[in-house]
Amino acid sequence: MTRTRRRRLLLVTCLLVGLSGACALMLTAFKQDMLYFHEPSAIAAGNVPINTRFRVGGLVATGSVERPGNGLSVHFAISDCHATVPVRYRGTLPDLFREGQGVIAYGKLDGRGAFVADRILAKHDSTYMSPDTARALNAGTSDACMPANMQASR
Amino acid sequence: MIPELGRLALILALAMALIQSLWPIYGIAANRPAYRQVAGPAALGQCFMLALAFAALAWSFYVNDFSVTYVADNSNTNLPWFYRLGAVWGAHEGSLLLWMVELALWSVAVVCASRTLPRDVAASVLAVMGLVSAGFLLFTLATSNPFARQFPAPGQGRDLNPLLQDPGLVFHPPMLYMGYVGFCVAFAFAITALIHGRVDTAWTRWARPWTLAAWVFLTLGITLGSWWAYHELGWGGWWFWDPVENASFMPWLVGTALIHSLAVTEKRGIFQSWTVLLAITAFALSLLGTFLVRSGVLVSVHAFATDPSRGIYILAFFAVVVGGSLLLYAVRAPKFTAGAEPVSPLSREGLLLLNNLFLVVAAAAVLIGTLYPILADGLGLGRLSVGPPYFNKVFVPLTLPLVVLIGVGAAMAWKRTRAEVLISRLWGPAIIAIVAGVGLLGLTVGVHALGAVAGCVLGLWAIVTALEELWRRTRGSRWMLSRQIIGMALAHIGVGIFVIGVSLVSGYGGERDARMAPDETVQYAGHVFVFRGVDAVPGPNYQARRATFDIYDADRRIATIHPAKRRYDQSGQQMTESGIDAGLFGDLYVSLGERLDGSAWSVRIYNRPFVRWIWAGGFFAALGGLLALSDKRYWRRRGKRASPAVASLGPQPARDKARA
Repeated sequence: MTRTRRRRLLLVTCLLVGLSGACALMLTAFKQDMLYFHEPSAIAAGNVPINTRFRVGGLVATGSVERPGNGLSVHFAISDCHATVPVRYRGTLPDLFREGQGVIAYGKLDGRGAFVADRILAKHDSTYMSPDTARALNAGTSDACMPANMQASR
Repeated sequence: MIPELGRLALILALAMALIQSLWPIYGIAANRPAYRQVAGPAALGQCFMLALAFAALAWSFYVNDFSVTYVADNSNTNLPWFYRLGAVWGAHEGSLLLWMVELALWSVAVVCASRTLPRDVAASVLAVMGLVSAGFLLFTLATSNPFARQFPAPGQGRDLNPLLQDPGLVFHPPMLYMGYVGFCVAFAFAITALIHGRVDTAWTRWARPWTLAAWVFLTLGITLGSWWAYHELGWGGWWFWDPVENASFMPWLVGTALIHSLAVTEKRGIFQSWTVLLAITAFALSLLGTFLVRSGVLVSVHAFATDPSRGIYILAFFAVVVGGSLLLYAVRAPKFTAGAEPVSPLSREGLLLLNNLFLVVAAAAVLIGTLYPILADGLGLGRLSVGPPYFNKVFVPLTLPLVVLIGVGAAMAWKRTRAEVLISRLWGPAIIAIVAGVGLLGLTVGVHALGAVAGCVLGLWAIVTALEELWRRTRGSRWMLSRQIIGMALAHIGVGIFVIGVSLVSGYGGERDARMAPDETVQYAGHVFVFRGVDAVPGPNYQARRATFDIYDADRRIATIHPAKRRYDQSGQQMTESGIDAGLFGDLYVSLGERLDGSAWSVRIYNRPFVRWIWAGGFFAALGGLLALSDKRYWRRRGKRASPAVASLGPQPARDKARA
């Protein structure tokens, strides 16, 4: 084997090792940090495992927002067309969080059917709804339950 | 009347773009030199027409012409005039127009600089840019007419999205787009190289300044965007790995790789095919970014279009441009003769090869994280999202080695460097970086956050090695250092500053939620925050509730800040304005949550040490690029190499042949 060839082989080997390292890194990170989106109905049907982090989206149920105690805790419920999930959260809510508006919550289910959120996202614009939330509300189908102002703007 | 003129100008611009591209292509194919001359004037004409269209839209905003749907949707008579003008690019149609105006400006810049280029190169570069422009003009005219009218005209507009009502709107999008679009010039040069089957030192010397210019704009645009998000969104973060941020970041990564590989191609005549491929990729990623933002497949602050026909058009356009150029690449690239000598790992080009690998793999990791959720949704694998943890876990290990390489590269010479030389140049900076990093942190905030300390040392390493290189080079020769060298060092110092900022913010920063009633205090990050209460303050198009916080360091008041909540009159939307006490060594940042019972508010307090260094790093890097760009070796006239007598007396075809 000539000098040049050996060097080239070395280079290619290094490249392969490096690239597979990068791939392994990506795959493990992917596995750990991928978040699924579930609808309130799927949670009510018991199709969602507890103690794994995921996202849930829908409308903030009207009349459900309350602040127990005088601290920063908030209790509310997220609903789609068929089911409602109680949510517990502690911290600052986004500006566009309001009853009857679409939200997405990040967190886990506890053992008693409540969703413990660590992050709440509301839309950035009052006329815009995330596609995930829109689908949770069956937008565009016969049993859609979108709020009126959303339907007008889409 | 004015909007109709604007639309007419757009149609004429399309005609000009077609002339700019088809005539020169025919001229080159049929060897009719006269036809190539059309490209320059056509580019000027196209730019003029687009400027007219842009002015027409800006005028419609200025005079509140709500019969134009786009104006009615994004403006309001109570909006201050500078936001009304910024609102021109505040949504889909207008930002597309901005995209095209800037592409035309780049074409005009190529025309102005074309005296440094052979005529057939200038003509084919302009032809490629004309094709891209024609594609976008067609898209605008067919699916996104900004001048569409509505009757009857509403009496009042719906107002600009409050998030955009900020000085950032005036600067960030134009800068970012200049960067995005600027890679089109590098792309056009790459296609030209493929058509002419030639990548030589002269070609790289033409392509380099354009790539660098685009990169400077993109760097500034991303930096400004990060700063804007930090102070406007009220969440205390500076980067979120939002898909649209990623869309601008991927071309930046590949563009950075391109700048470095162009340097190798110019100096050593190797990596030609790779450089051309990178140029194509950088622009392909810019187009992909445009597609992601405009097609509505993404959930994001920036994604405003949700019309499927638009998405399909852009996707088809993307496929044609990228597929076509990759096909051309596959056919022509094997013709480039690669340098026969192998690359030594202990040489500047060897390190730059590694740099390119890391940058491209990092870009690929970002691409996968951004696209996978869309693909998974399309393939029915479930609706999932990939969040910041993925990107941090993958991106940080892939880019930290790059910072190490910056330092080693500074000490490395082209072709081959002996290991002893390398060590003799590097041990000093290494010791300085470690001692200064650990020492400074140990004396001030403590060394408990190990990752942050390591990051700080790495950042100092990049800075010190860059300074060492400057010092060594000035000592070695009596010559003034070229601007290119100083620019490079400055850009690397910028990276160091950025790394220090990121490490310290993530290692020592923090936040705390609190419930505060007037005159209550909270202690956080070594300071005392006193809540003084909330006043009502009317704004031009909103009502604000403005809070007052005094910040004390021991007994001394160091700052008074006013975070606020604004309710915009027209949309009824609520917005948080953060209150920031900014400083070179850190920010104290308060954002107002919502009103709880009585007069108490929920409040979030952030400690953001060294956060300004993140943007300072970006500005330094851009400044370095600008300095390198002004290096006079890029701006020699083309007449220099051919004999002046031939250039002025010889007939046209002979002149061009002599230069080819």
